[in-house]
Parts: sequence; C-alpha cells; structure tokens
Amino acid sequence: MNMNIWLKRIRPNAGSWSQNIVMLTMTAALLIAILLPLGELVMKAVTDQEGGFVGLAHFANYFSTPALVASLWNSIKVSTMTTFIAVTLGFGFAYALERSGIQGKWFFRSVALLPLFAPSMLHGLALIYLFGNQGLISTGFFGLLPELRIPLYGPVGIVFSEVLFTFPQAYLMLAVALKSADYRLYEAAESLGASKWRTFWTVTVPGTKFTLISTVFVCFVLTFTDFGAPKVVGGQYNVLATDLYKQVIGQQNMQMGAAVGVLLLIPAVVSFVVDRISQRKQSGWLSAKSTPYRIEGNRRRDALFYALCSAVSAIILGIFLVAVYGSLVKVWPYSLSISFSRYEGLFEGAGPFANSLIISLGTAIIGTLATFMLAYLIEKSRACPVVRHTSYFLSMLPLALPGLVLGLIYVFFFNNPNQPLNGLYGTVWIVILCNIVHFYSVSFLTMTSSLKKLDSEFEAASESMNVPWYQALLRVTVPLSLPTILEIFIYFFINSMVTVSAVIFLYAPDLKPASVAIVNLEDSGDIAPAAAMSTIIILTNLLVRTVIMGLSGKLRKRTEGLLLRKEG
Amino acid sequence: MKPGYLSLRGIAKHFGKQTALQDIHLDIKKHEFICLLGPSGCGKTTLLRILAGLEKADRGKLEISGKDITAVPAGKRNFGMMFQSYALFPNLSVGENIAYGLRNRLSKSQIADRVEELLGLVELGEQRHKVPAQLSGGQQQRVALARALAFSPDCLLLDEPLSALDAKVRVKLRREICRLHRQFGMTTIMVTHDQEEALTMADRIVVMNKSRIIQVGTPNEVYENPRTPFVADFIGAVNFIGMDKNKHGGAALAIRPENVQLVREDHEKGKQGVVRELEYRGAHYRLVAELLGMKDAPLQQFVVIDVPAESMISLKIRMNQKIFFAFPPEHVIQFDSTADLAAAQ
Amino acid sequence: MNINFKWKPVAAMLIVTGLLAGCGAAKQEGSSPSAVAGKPAEINVYSAMEEEQIETYLTSFKSEYPNVKVNIVRDSTGIMTAKLIAEKDNPQADVIWGLAATSLLIMDDQKMLEPYAPKGVERVLPEFKDKANPPKWVGIDIWETAIIVNKAEMEKRKLTIPRTYEELAKPEYKGLIAMPHPASSGTGYLTVNALNQLYGKEKAWQYMDKLHENMMVYTHSGSKPAKMAASGEAAIGISYGYSGIVEKKKGAPVEVIFPKEGSGWDMEANALVKKREIKPEAKLFLDWAISDEPMKEYNKNYAILSIKQEGGKPPEGYNQDPVSQLAKLDLYQAARDRDAILAEWEKKYGSKAEPK
Repeated sequence: MNMNIWLKRIRPNAGSWSQNIVMLTMTAALLIAILLPLGELVMKAVTDQEGGFVGLAHFANYFSTPALVASLWNSIKVSTMTTFIAVTLGFGFAYALERSGIQGKWFFRSVALLPLFAPSMLHGLALIYLFGNQGLISTGFFGLLPELRIPLYGPVGIVFSEVLFTFPQAYLMLAVALKSADYRLYEAAESLGASKWRTFWTVTVPGTKFTLISTVFVCFVLTFTDFGAPKVVGGQYNVLATDLYKQVIGQQNMQMGAAVGVLLLIPAVVSFVVDRISQRKQSGWLSAKSTPYRIEGNRRRDALFYALCSAVSAIILGIFLVAVYGSLVKVWPYSLSISFSRYEGLFEGAGPFANSLIISLGTAIIGTLATFMLAYLIEKSRACPVVRHTSYFLSMLPLALPGLVLGLIYVFFFNNPNQPLNGLYGTVWIVILCNIVHFYSVSFLTMTSSLKKLDSEFEAASESMNVPWYQALLRVTVPLSLPTILEIFIYFFINSMVTVSAVIFLYAPDLKPASVAIVNLEDSGDIAPAAAMSTIIILTNLLVRTVIMGLSGKLRKRTEGLLLRKEG
Repeated sequence: MKPGYLSLRGIAKHFGKQTALQDIHLDIKKHEFICLLGPSGCGKTTLLRILAGLEKADRGKLEISGKDITAVPAGKRNFGMMFQSYALFPNLSVGENIAYGLRNRLSKSQIADRVEELLGLVELGEQRHKVPAQLSGGQQQRVALARALAFSPDCLLLDEPLSALDAKVRVKLRREICRLHRQFGMTTIMVTHDQEEALTMADRIVVMNKSRIIQVGTPNEVYENPRTPFVADFIGAVNFIGMDKNKHGGAALAIRPENVQLVREDHEKGKQGVVRELEYRGAHYRLVAELLGMKDAPLQQFVVIDVPAESMISLKIRMNQKIFFAFPPEHVIQFDSTADLAAAQ
Repeated sequence: MNINFKWKPVAAMLIVTGLLAGCGAAKQEGSSPSAVAGKPAEINVYSAMEEEQIETYLTSFKSEYPNVKVNIVRDSTGIMTAKLIAEKDNPQADVIWGLAATSLLIMDDQKMLEPYAPKGVERVLPEFKDKANPPKWVGIDIWETAIIVNKAEMEKRKLTIPRTYEELAKPEYKGLIAMPHPASSGTGYLTVNALNQLYGKEKAWQYMDKLHENMMVYTHSGSKPAKMAASGEAAIGISYGYSGIVEKKKGAPVEVIFPKEGSGWDMEANALVKKREIKPEAKLFLDWAISDEPMKEYNKNYAILSIKQEGGKPPEGYNQDPVSQLAKLDLYQAARDRDAILAEWEKKYGSKAEPK
C-alpha cells in the first residue's frame, strides 16, 4: 500500500474535554436557572420574613383564612368544570378530524389551533364584548334581538375563557392518540362480531386511555395555574392564581406567596408524574406493524361531527372577530363607528409591542440555541453519564413548573442583593431566561426525539476520522435538524409573545411586554386598547409562523428525503 | 506469547452492572485479517469500539507497535472505522463524505486527488455528486469503505459491514473487501456474527462468547479443532455424542454430521437408528436419526448425519428406515471439560 | 450563555462608574448639573400616576435632559406602596413621583426616605410638604373622589343621578356601582378614609355595609370604575375627578359628580429614596418635577396644585372653587389608620364571592 507520509499529519484533536466543558457549563446553567430557584421557593415557604424557620406556619395561616380556602375550592371547581368541557370537546373534535370523513378538515384544524396564537386574556376581553353588561349578545345586538344575559363575571366567565384556552391543547394531544391507532384491532373486533359501540369502548377508549388521562391533567393544571382569564372576567371570584398575584404584587407578601406557589405546584407535579407513567404505558399499544386507521363512510356520523366542528369553530372565530371588532369601535357601545385610533402608536420604537418583539426574538434565538445544544449533548455526547442524567432530569423539571410559580421563584432567587446574579434582576435578560426555562421542556423533548432519529454513529464516525465534534455538529447534525430547530424557534417566539403568567412578576421597568400591557390596560378599564394589543400579537404570531413555515417547508421535504431509504 | 503488532492486555469493560468484556488478551500481527465472531451480546462490537477508541476500557492496556495507545483518543489512533449502519452523512454527497476526514489534514487539491483515487478504487466515480439516499445499499457500503480508507489508516475496523445487505450483494462485497485487503495490506479487524463470513474471509478467527475470548485460530483450526462445545456448535453443525469415560473428570465428545459414517449392519462399532427427518440440501441430504437401544426401543437421542446425494440414492434411504452408522475415532472431537457444554445451549 | 447574559448589568455598572467620575469633574468646574447629562444615565422612577399622564408630563424632562433615561415603574397606589416597602432592603427605585402622601408618610415612618430640598421648594405651599427641613416629601397636586354616572344607563333604568354618598347607598342602585379596592387603589383608600373621618369609625362601617350591597365589583385600579361607567359596563363608578372628566371629553355619556358631603382626597407627592448610592440625576428629576413646565401639565388634570398658578384656571369640568369641595381630612391620621382599615375591609368585603 502506498502509504503517503503526509496523510499521517494529524492535527491535534480538540478532544472531548471541550465537549465536557460545554456540557458541564450548561448543566450548571440548568441548576442555576431551575433547581436553585425552586429550592428558594421551598425555603421561603417555610421561613418568616427574617429568615427564621417557621415550618408549615404559612400553610396553617393559609388554611385558617376562610377567604383563601375559598379561593382554593374555587380553583378546584373551575378547573374541574373546564377540564370536563375542554376534554369532551377536544375528544369530539379530534375524533371528527381523525376518525370521520367530514369535509374541510384543514379549515377546522386551523381554527382549533387559533387560540394558541393569542394571549389568554383575549378570550376574556372578547367575552366582555359578547356577554358583558353592554355585550353584543347580552343586549341582543344592541336591541335588535331579545336580550340574553349570563352572569359573566365569575365562574361562568372563567370557565368559558379557560375552555377556549385549553381546548387546542386537549385537541392536539387527543388527535395524536387517535391518529396512531392500530387498525388491526378494529378488524379483529369486527371479525369477532363486536358492535360499533362496543368497539368504541373496548378498543378506541382503552387505546387512548393514557393520553386521555394525561390530557385531563394537562387541562386541569393549565386552568388551575392560569392567571389571564380570572384576572379579566373573574370579577370578585377569587382563585388561587389571582390570590398569588394579590399576595405577591398587591401586598408584597413573599412568604405567603411562596406558600400559595407551593400549593399551585402540587397538581402540576402530580400531572408531571402521571404523564411520565402514562407515556411509558401508552407506547405498548403500538408496534411497528400497526396499520393506520381507515375511515369508513357513514353519513349520519359525519353529519353529527360536522355540526360539532362547525359549532366549535364558529365560537372560536366569533371570539376572535369580536375582539378585533371591539378594538376598532370608537366608544363601545355608544358610538359604533370604526376607528383605528387604538392601533396608532402601537408600533412606536419603545412601546410594549416592540419590547415583546425584542423579548420574543431574544428568547427564540437564545432558547433555540440552548435547547439544541443541551438536547445534542445529552443525546449524542459521551460525557459523564451522571452529568447527562442530571441534565436530562433538570430538562424535564420545567414541565412541572407553572409559569406563575416560575416567575415567583425567579423573583425570590434573583431579587436578592447578596445573590451574585442579582445584576440580572430588572433587566431584559431575566425575562428572556424565564421564558426560555418556561418553554424549555417541550422544546427539549421535540429536539431530542428529532435527534434520536439521526444515526447515533455520526459522532463516532467523525471522531474516528479525527474531526472535532463541533465540526461534525455544524456540518451534519445542524443541517439535518434544521426543520426541528425552526419549529422550536417558532414555539419559543409565539409563547413568549403571549405569555403573561411568568413575566408579570419580572418585567423590567423600561421593558414592559405587550402581554403585561394588556393586563395593565384591562386593569385600568381600557378594554379596547387591550383588545387592539391582543389583535396585534395574534397577527404577528400568525405572520411569523407563516413566513418561517413557508421557508422551512421545502427544507423539511428535502431533509425527509435525505433521511429516507436508509436500508436501500 | 510474543506481543504482536497490535496487542491487547487484560481488557475489561462494564456497562453499569453488565459485564461487556472480561480479561481480553489478544495479539494481532501486521497485515492480518482478523474476524471477531460470536453471538449477539458477546462483546465483540464493544471490543472493536475499544480498539477504535470510541469506548474506554475499564482495565487493561492496548499497544500498537509497542506504543501504549490506551488513552489515545479515537481521532489520533489513525484507525479507519466502518460502522454497521455505515453512518454516512445524509446531507453530504458521496465525494464530500469521502473527503470528510481529510479536510483538516490535506490541501484542497490533495483532497480532490485522494477522493478521485478512492472513488476509482470502489468503482463509484459516476456517483460522486449523489447523496447517500440516492444510492443502493451496496453502493452505500462501498462509500463507507472508501471513507474509512481515505486517510490510509494503519488499521481498518469493520463493524458487521455486510449485515444489512441481501445475500447476493453480500458475497460480492465480501470478495471486494478481501481484494482491498490484499491490495493494501492494512491490518483489518472485522466484527461478524456470520460464521460463513468469518471462515471465508479471515486469516484468523477470534471466537467470543459471554464477554470472553473462547478460541483464537485459523478458520481451519477453529472448525476442525474447536476447543469448547460452544465453538463447535457455533461454527458449523455438531453432534454431541456423550462422555469419554477414560479421561479424568469425563470429557465431552462430539462429531460433525459430515463425518458420521454409514456402515453395514454388522459393523463392530456400528450404532443403529431410525430416520426421523430428511432435508434436501442440494449437494447432500441432512438426516436426523433417532438412536435405538435394545430390542429396537427408541432412545429419544438424535444424531444429525450429512449424506452425499449419490449415497442416498445408492443406499435407498427413506423416512423411518433403520440405518447403521459409526463415529470414526479420528474425527471425534474431544473437549477438555464439560463445563461449557451447558453454556452452548 | 451566562456570558451573554451578563453584559448588560456590567455595562450599566461601567456607565454608572463613569457618571460618578464625571460628576466629580462637573463639581470641580462648578457648572450646573446639566453638565452631568453629557453621558447617558438611568434612573428608576416609581409612580402611581396614570399611564397617559406620565407620558405627557415627561416630554419636557426628556427634551431638557435627553441623556437621562427614565425608567417608569407604574402601578396602582397600593401596589407601588407594597412594592416599595418590600424592596426596602434592596431599593430598586431612585425616585418616587406622584404617590399618595399617605403612603409616603408610612414609608417615612420606616426611614425609607432621604431628605432633599428640590430647587424651588420654597414656592410650594407649606401644607403641601413635609414639615422637616430639608423636607422628606414634597407634594404636587391633590386628587379627589368623584362619582361618575352614566346618564344613558340611568335614563334606561329611570333612576335619578346620585349626588351624595348617602344616595349611593340607596337600594335602587343595587349591583350598579363599581368602586376601587382600597388595598390596591389610592382612590379607593382616600374614599374609604374620607367616610371614616367624616362619619366616624362606627357609622362609616355601617354605611359601607350598605354600599357593599350595591356593589357590582371592586376594581384593582382607581380609574377603572370611571371607564366602566363610561362604557355602561357599570352604571355608576366611584373614581376620581380627572378620570371621569377624561371619559366625558372622549364623548362618553357620563356626568362627573363631586359628592355633597365633601370629596375624599389625597396628595400626589414626590420623594427621594434612601439608598447607598443616590444618583445626581434623581435629584435633578425631583427639581424638574416641581418646576413650571410639569406644573402647567399637572394643572391640566388637577385643579389643586401645590404651587399657586398665576392666572391658572381650574381645568374644564371642575367646580370654580375646587378646594371648598374637599372634606376636612387629616392625612397623618389616614396614614396611621391605613393598616387597620384595610385589614378590617378585607375581612368584611374581601371575599365577596360573586358579583351580582
């Protein structure tokens, strides 16, 4: 063999120490950003203002205050109602779209997902325009029709807007479960002579059982910890989330706030555990040999589901259109002429909208980078297993952290003059950090499952050819993961635009985000400007998503083509 | 033993509580073609990855030409590695895949020349601008091979390189790998679970089972003189025919089906049996006979016998027919202990 | 990641250090503080004034000191008070601008305010500033309870427009009234305080029990009831004069009523926050805050100012003699009573379950 001597001039390899350093740094960042603040919450909940240990005194205090116990019950009641309605509707909607032959599925799906692009206060605002004392429906379209009044402010309004808020989540989760059925089971049931109804209860429901349980918990926790809806249409009906806000912001009682925060955490943690267990169990229902569900023709079923989908879609669209209309009316309800005055100045250089854009872009860029790097290092690197497992655990933890609690623990942790990272407090960076952590777990899981699909030997192959890991990362892994990276970018961006729960405690004086501005505007009774701000957020989100998805569409097809036909 | 070109001393590896390798000693000569053969989970791939530097051994030492490379990272060992999945980068073209490891070592024009040379070597000149997904499995395998050879490695490591291919292509590529090995003479270590592959390709076979090396030898040695029942059973077919009571502690005896001799009824050491199964295998028949005891009582013990096709016709053997056979002593294999007999089953 | 995150605070610290150096230099030259403004500086100003007011007020400061960045943290009186007290050990604010004097008195009690005599403080009427010298707080204006009534809704329901506190408690207004929550809103507290000092403790609670029966909602902010009345969401809003007048100007069918018994009132006042490093810009801001330009702007919204305005007329919609409209109240007493009143209020009305 003609062994060329020059071939052996091997450049010193960067080695895996550089990778280990990155891995350790990022794990340390996770510790600081997630675990330590969480510890601070627990500390605060069991100490008094001077830092002395008081055990469960705050909880005892909480449970001996009738008003506060009432809010806990209110929270449970409202969350249970919402969960029941949202999951039922979500299941019906998902069933219609995955298991029936109705027309216009594309349209229904788009409408069902619309609420994800809006801040949760929007539903409340629209409900005021519809069912408030001067609402369109309450007054029967200003006297054209008979009046229809419902007691909006209170549990009715909260449940109504929470259903709108949680419905897309329920639909999405259940659609995935209903889509991935094994048709062979249905064929078996049919050949054994089971009726349609029996098949539904013996095959469909058990097949989606675990997802159904997860969905119930997710909806419950979302409602239990949501702040936007009760703030807008809750009236005097106190719930835990508004209590927390009142304790922390209104009375600056951090210790009591911490106790409420711990209470809020409980269902979230339970939900987290249940979800982990059910994911493991659900996976047993599908094998590589499963055949996809085939939809049989059935007129009556389709007509029924068409009616359901149309009704739900009409309500969602109605809510959005009313919010837009309300933002345009000059003086509701006394002068109904259209005016764009609420939109003037929204785009000015330093307004809340610009702040939101800065925050969301910052979150999306840094968050996507961090998520990708962590998912990559945990999934692909050969760094110390203990470090990787720790990182993985920390990466799942934010799933159990409601935004409100996250914001709270950040205040506790960072607003402390003795804290070396105190400098972050009051800057835009803490809001960005908080948003990243808030939306990190879902992004991390998406990224991880996408990375899992890549050949695990790419890194080893590069290593054996003496190519540094970061070069392999840039030349191979990043290009192949680009569609998922963009998806995560959109996810971070949209959620940062609409979130209010975490940032309401944290926003910097000079950088109030648009979602917080909506709360403030609504607070001082400026419903129309709040609706205008919400409309702008939705439009921005839709625009960003459309543009990026448009750009990445081709890329996705190309990447899928590259990864196909591995066995040739 | 005199240390070889590549020498492994007491290598051990655990994954958590699982033992992957224990006490591996092996010496490999320069230019040798070695096959690591064993059932799945025997530790052969782990051993290859330790050689490549992709896994760290818990214990033991690894030397090349007397130089300790145990702690040298994979990239600096100058070993070419080909993966079971090929690990071709799906977004890079054939040419870019081959040039991948050269970027840090050579100038642009040198890379171009080298890629050209390798493409010629694996006869893929036409395909250089295609991406892996556009190639057949065999073509992908050759790209992976070219990539592993690109920087003229001292040692070529192949991890089940043929397992993903269908039978025809496999035989063709088997020859191609052997041709390249003859042409360049790089020390080659290949992992396989296919005994036929090992027998046809290797200079020496390293048989592994349960995280240990069981036997090292030329294909002929390993086939003819398996050291343990496991090796005998894993490579080729074998009949275990009882114990040698002369030996202390009792040694197991075995014989390969093609060595069982059909004899006349009155043969002095003849045994009798009934044909229970008959398989046509082209050049020969394989039959399974049940041994008969006193008064023709079936013993529920079976012997596998390979009989050339022409003998079948001349002897007119049918199902359920009584036959007589013998175990020629020169072909009976003796094992040192019975301990491994159980392990084989 | 952390490297990315740190640059801003570090940069801010560098700038502050630079400013201090520049400050020393400026003093040596003996030039005016505006020389300080050669480099960009930031001050955090906590305020409970209305968002849109702040914006117009600030224009003159911005044009005068373009290099001083003013970060406004705004929320309702109760929240700003609680926030300032909570941050006592690590004050974020440099300046308090336009916060209820009752709140400032509580903070002064907790030694949170730094005495400072802003330029022109001698022009401020004596009852509008702290008696100490230099004063710890300086008032700018007074705001007062007003009842904002939606005429259209009144006509629809064939009700008369209430003109006194007493009338508000009449059963025919059941479920029609919105009022700010006294714990979070300054307007809410000054109204409750006025009732307390006008009627005396016992009678005041009896009255509020009746008023509570008529309540549709207790709002978080003081201006919201006015806006709710303007849109007819509530027929009657207990709010403060300025917010009702704004809605009326915008075209809402409302009337702004100052109750016959006398309006509750409080003073919007400024103060310097006591902290380790007091920025020169903070003092600059306080000087500006009682200068002529902003005073003129305050006067557009409030009738009673802490500095006599030459030929200034009360703003549109106010009575000719706004001072006579005010109830006789003791702000020091109001500050002392605040905790007890709020606790009692919360106990009695805080958990009003469902508005109806």
